[in-house]
Amino acid sequence: MRHKHCVSTKMKINITNYCSIHNNQIKLNGETLLVKEKQVPFNEFIKSTYDLNASPYMKFFKMDDLCKLAFLASEFLLKNKNLAEQYGSSTISLLFANTSSSLDTDINYYNTVKDFPSPSLFVYTLPNIMLGEISIRNKFKGENAFFVFEQFQADFLCNYATQLIAEKKAKAVIIGWVELLNDNQEAFLSLAEESENGTELIAENLERLYISNH
Amino acid sequence: MDELIAKLKTQIIEQLNLEGVSPDDISPDDQLFGEGLGLDSIDALELIVLLEKNYGIKIENPAEGKKIFATIRSMAEYITSKGKA
Repeated sequence: MRHKHCVSTKMKINITNYCSIHNNQIKLNGETLLVKEKQVPFNEFIKSTYDLNASPYMKFFKMDDLCKLAFLASEFLLKNKNLAEQYGSSTISLLFANTSSSLDTDINYYNTVKDFPSPSLFVYTLPNIMLGEISIRNKFKGENAFFVFEQFQADFLCNYATQLIAEKKAKAVIIGWVELLNDNQEAFLSLAEESENGTELIAENLERLYISNH
Repeated sequence: MDELIAKLKTQIIEQLNLEGVSPDDISPDDQLFGEGLGLDSIDALELIVLLEKNYGIKIENPAEGKKIFATIRSMAEYITSKGKA
């Protein structure tokens, strides 16, 4: 696949951190942090990983699986970082996408409708709720957007993130692909910001990182 | 009443996914909202569902909710007053 170049700017926007969760494996900047056997159920994997690695956050276990997946990936991505303090709350943006929207939770919610509709499931029947959960946790108040694509769209995400920074709407953008339906769960989050370190934010690089951590 | 309170504690922990909280952690007189268990508005809706699902009680007047769901004891008293314990 030949990629178009992202929106050009004079600034150097790099991917400074990236994290993936796929097949019960967590990688940060390409290095494997944790692996569990593939037969370990997703819920068990997420719970044990959270218990061992994330700082306590009571609301975590009330989230749906899609949010838990995105939230946990963001905890690894942003560990030891305080972007809100570094750049200012309103300058941190989130740009996420996936294929199945919130269908996994939609189905779970629909199954409760026949009996007693679950309010706590209903609130998660939108995929962009994961952006809210991450924003609340990290005090992010910048622009955020969620898209549904057939597959990972490096060109689009790269252009959008670059534009946000070029137009000074954001100083840092978390680009995320978080997909969950039935037995398929994958999260790939990357942090793009003006920096001398990291990998240049161009579509080829974003796609390469996504594929190599997939 | 004690038996109903114990049952309610278990049901609330399960219904609200209060991970890491055990029945012994909750006093019957702890405030459920605010500084006590720290429940939120969605939890309040889940408690309404819990009453209907497990005790067949519908909250007809939303204004009553604040009093009924103040503590686990007040919930138990309300259930008992409706003859559903």
